[in-house]
Amino acid sequence: MTQPPRPREVGQSRPRIDGRDKVTGAARYVDDLNVPGMWHGATVRSPHPAARIDSIDFSRARQADPEVAAITAADLPGPNVVKLIAEDWPILAAEEVHHVGEAVAIVVAPTRERARAAADRVDVTYTEVPGALTLDDALRGDPRVGGQVNVLASSNIDWGDVDQGLADADHIVEGEYETGWQEHIYIEPQGMIAIPQDDGSVEIVGSMQCPYYVQHALAHALSLEPDMVRVRHVATGGGFGGKEDFPDMLGAHAALLARKIKRPVKIVYDRHEDIVATTKRHPSRVRIRTGVAADGRLLAQDIEVVLDGGAYITLSPVVLSRAVIHAAGPYACPNVRIQGRVLATNTVPNGAFRGFGAPQSQFAAERQMDRIGRRLGIDPYTIRERNAYRVGDTTPTGQVLKESVSAIECLQEAETRTRFRERWQQFENARANAPDDGRPVRGLGLSLVWHGSGFTGNGEQRMNSPVTIRLNEAGAVEVRVAATEFGQGTTMVLQQMVADAVGVTAADIVVVNPDTVEVPDSGPTVASRTVMVVGGILVRAGKGLADQLMQFAKSDAASPIDCGPETNELELKAGQLLDESGAVLGSFSDIAAAYVASYGTLDITERFEAMPGIEFDEETYRGAAYSAYGWACDIIELEVDPDTLAVSLTDATLVYDVGKAIHPAMCRGQVEGGTLQALGYGFMEEIKLKDGAYMNDRLATYIIPTIRDTPDMDTVLIENPTPSGAFGAKGVGEIPMDGGAPAVLSAIENATGIVAAGIPATPERLFSDRMAGRVVSNDRAGSAKPAEGGPA
Amino acid sequence: MTLAYTPSNLDEALQILADHPDTVLVAGCTDLMVVDYAMGRRHDAVLDLLAVPELHGIAVSDDAISIGATTKFREILNHAEVQKNYPMLAEVAGTVGGWQIQNRATIGGNIANASPAGDSLPVLLALGAQVEVRGAAGPRIIPYEAMHLGYRRVDLRPGELITRVRIQKPAANTVQMYKKVGTRAAQAISKVVVGLCATIVDDSVAEIRIGAGSVAATPVRLDRTEARVRGARLEPSLADEAGRIASTEVAPIDDVRSTAEYRSFVLGRVVRRMLLNMISGETGPNSTAGSGS
Ligand SMILES: Cc1cc2nc3c(=O)[nH]c(=O)nc-3n(C[C@H](O)[C@H](O)[C@H](O)COP(=O)(O)OP(=O)(O)OC[C@H]3O[C@@H](n4cnc5c(N)ncnc54)[C@H](O)[C@@H]3O)c2cc1C
Repeated sequence: MTQPPRPREVGQSRPRIDGRDKVTGAARYVDDLNVPGMWHGATVRSPHPAARIDSIDFSRARQADPEVAAITAADLPGPNVVKLIAEDWPILAAEEVHHVGEAVAIVVAPTRERARAAADRVDVTYTEVPGALTLDDALRGDPRVGGQVNVLASSNIDWGDVDQGLADADHIVEGEYETGWQEHIYIEPQGMIAIPQDDGSVEIVGSMQCPYYVQHALAHALSLEPDMVRVRHVATGGGFGGKEDFPDMLGAHAALLARKIKRPVKIVYDRHEDIVATTKRHPSRVRIRTGVAADGRLLAQDIEVVLDGGAYITLSPVVLSRAVIHAAGPYACPNVRIQGRVLATNTVPNGAFRGFGAPQSQFAAERQMDRIGRRLGIDPYTIRERNAYRVGDTTPTGQVLKESVSAIECLQEAETRTRFRERWQQFENARANAPDDGRPVRGLGLSLVWHGSGFTGNGEQRMNSPVTIRLNEAGAVEVRVAATEFGQGTTMVLQQMVADAVGVTAADIVVVNPDTVEVPDSGPTVASRTVMVVGGILVRAGKGLADQLMQFAKSDAASPIDCGPETNELELKAGQLLDESGAVLGSFSDIAAAYVASYGTLDITERFEAMPGIEFDEETYRGAAYSAYGWACDIIELEVDPDTLAVSLTDATLVYDVGKAIHPAMCRGQVEGGTLQALGYGFMEEIKLKDGAYMNDRLATYIIPTIRDTPDMDTVLIENPTPSGAFGAKGVGEIPMDGGAPAVLSAIENATGIVAAGIPATPERLFSDRMAGRVVSNDRAGSAKPAEGGPA
Repeated sequence: MTLAYTPSNLDEALQILADHPDTVLVAGCTDLMVVDYAMGRRHDAVLDLLAVPELHGIAVSDDAISIGATTKFREILNHAEVQKNYPMLAEVAGTVGGWQIQNRATIGGNIANASPAGDSLPVLLALGAQVEVRGAAGPRIIPYEAMHLGYRRVDLRPGELITRVRIQKPAANTVQMYKKVGTRAAQAISKVVVGLCATIVDDSVAEIRIGAGSVAATPVRLDRTEARVRGARLEPSLADEAGRIASTEVAPIDDVRSTAEYRSFVLGRVVRRMLLNMISGETGPNSTAGSGS
């Protein structure tokens, strides 16, 4: 890899380019767009978790509104499948429905109101059949596959000799941990417009993370060549993974309707429909047996990860893969066995969500560390410090961590800022002698996590993503990649990185809006890969562009610069061409204009190049699972109302190694926003199921934190660079999702003695945990179960 | 198409209601909007109560206040007399929704909507409020205990609307306590909400009224708890016992927001804590869900 140029734009927190438009309301989201002649689509959904479809009758809908048109599975022009990893997710349910909210038919009408009214008037008759509604049902066997356990995906890691390690241990600690669903609540619900073209192609405009995923899925569904499906990204209000998979489905619905009625069709969900129908974070159940030496060193970990995949495979195999690889936490252990499975249930398919399986498995890993610490009488900080990865340690896939390992540094910085050990112990003592004065009890909790940046294993090699940098007709530098902006700041950081690579200012860089006819398939905007991976390729392309222009300046007859034959080393810096002595020879814009006048536009295209020695065997799960890892320590301080068990978070100390903060303010924004999402996941956000349907299907009942639930945050960015990322950067988008939940539960335990095994740790759950005797064992000796209304 | 009436006075409003009994009353619309959208419901005719001047504002007299039905919670929260003599009412007003909701939501709408989780309702029970309603046949005065007939049903006859809420000024030796147990720190619907009003004479509880919400189909008075406490000497064992009675005298349900067990438990804990605080003299604000005043 070429040496990165000396940063100038990188590392600065300039105002966001898209900020003004978004704050003033000038930005146009899909629901703001109107295409002439456009109609609106609406969806008929299953009320049952498992049923046979007996009939679909549109007569009432047509009588009420004769203009209405409709499509069922029987009308599809191509395969009835939303193509992701497997081909099992139907665009419209054909003979059977497998979850509440599954699309059975789509209708279209001149207005949204008429379309929704028509959908309500479609009469579908069903015969209900038995299903596997919960993970417990799924573990017993799924009627859909004749009562077998319906495994959608599995992944295993086997490292060392776990049985021997357990046999050698002084202590065996066992724990079982549960996590629930999480809904993305991106601020803009899903929305798409499909515009049919005269040549038989179709244009898709919408809210999404991955334009090329939509193109591939639609080309398959419509039996078209990919270039007959043009996909254009517009201002998108958040994604968090939820706009990685589902836009393929919604795009297919819009395109099918548009091609049928030969008009543009828009479908935009309202919040309720979005929650009812779209993918969620996989619920999980993780069981861990750990063998520990008397001094607290881990000797063996035997881990079983079960994820609830919902009704279809969608992205479950890759979510599981990441869950499994992170399941032992950031801790060295010579013997590790991890067995992972995703089981099918009759619920909405679970899919991509920030963290992608790692938050679930690391929740379990972190709670297990607390449990081990309690058993051995070691505080949460010390048990982690004793076991955390250092440079030279080997992970359960056999990857030797050679550089950029900051677990200890993160821990130590967090300890310094909070005096964690001392104060944790104070709260432990206070708990034992808490007066019954109704005052809130305080607690501190800690977590330590790691998160692999970019695609797992050989994903990047396989995609071999191209990026293009173009010197355009106007002599400006264009970035052409498929990386989308959905609030996380992509446009800004791409501008900064390319500016430094070329040697111009950020204002000289134009980031072209992702559109499949304009940008190459540089891969999806997922997996915290944009800065580190796409950025890395762009830096090479940018250097290439600069080299070519400097060559031109130096030796071409058309060069506007006279720098004499003896000048060897030229440099472009902030838009100026300098010689070895630093004297300005000319400006980038003059050189670029002269180049374009003589030779026309210039495209530099580069592709992913793996770091030497980074290899992974996907069969055996051996090798470098990721080329670099981010590290983070979260410390949460909170208060618990002793009467109601209501938790209020007061302070968060967030120490994150991000490799390099390209835009420090946005980087902190990722850490703080992601942490809040993680905290909500830990103690608030809950979906309960009733007869296979989500009960919490509105924002009135799906409770996310408001600013009043948000702790003060002390955020520290550590920059321990990796040679595998642009400017040393590692992914920062997802790691903030990993540590919040376990840290909250650790703090609740410190405050109340309640050992909550699962999340969300709502007051109701804490109450039932306490009633069930799930309290720290020295507390149990006293009065664990307060009488109702009696003293705690 | 929806017809919207904007009457310029109360008589006109009552006349419209008498002539068009299906007209839907709209005040702040913070409840109506939510239900209408969720149900895909449209109305043929609505009447804008905010247009009726007689229904708005707080009138203070020596021995009572009278709050117009369309008075917003934020106006109640900021009102000097309410803050001075009816602090529990100011406190509850500050826990309804968030600022935006408090700027629109009315006390009349809270009563008429009659959600078991309506936050002001247990407080009105505890303060012994009276509701003034009026129809073409004239006014009626309804003691708050008699206002809620069943789940989301209030004692309003066709053509009647709520005009005012009247509250007698509490005696000087009265303590008022309020606690909202919501699903988060703001914009939260109550899982349990309690208002308590007690008069203390010589370390004994001379009179007490406890209203509780979200623990039954309607807001309820905790009669058995009150009976045990009334006339009794204030001491910790009384608080424990009152808590125990409170947690057993209601039969709450499991729903999307909470569980029956938790609600019973918390009701008992809250009542107990209020009595303990009376003993220790700590009667100040004690909400978990104050939402920014
Ligand atoms: C985001 C949000 C948060 C909320 N949080 C809370 C909360 O924390 N606590 C809480 O208690 N409530 C809460 N609510 C519910 C609502 O804000 C309150 O119930 C409010 O007091 C309703 O008043 P309104 O004026 O908006 O009523 P409207 O919606 O205008 O009317 C509600 C009902 O009452 C009828 N009505 C209104 N006024 C009269 C009258 N004078 N006479 C007869 N009938 C009448 C209407 O016809 C309608 O049926 C919340 C609502 C939202 C949207």
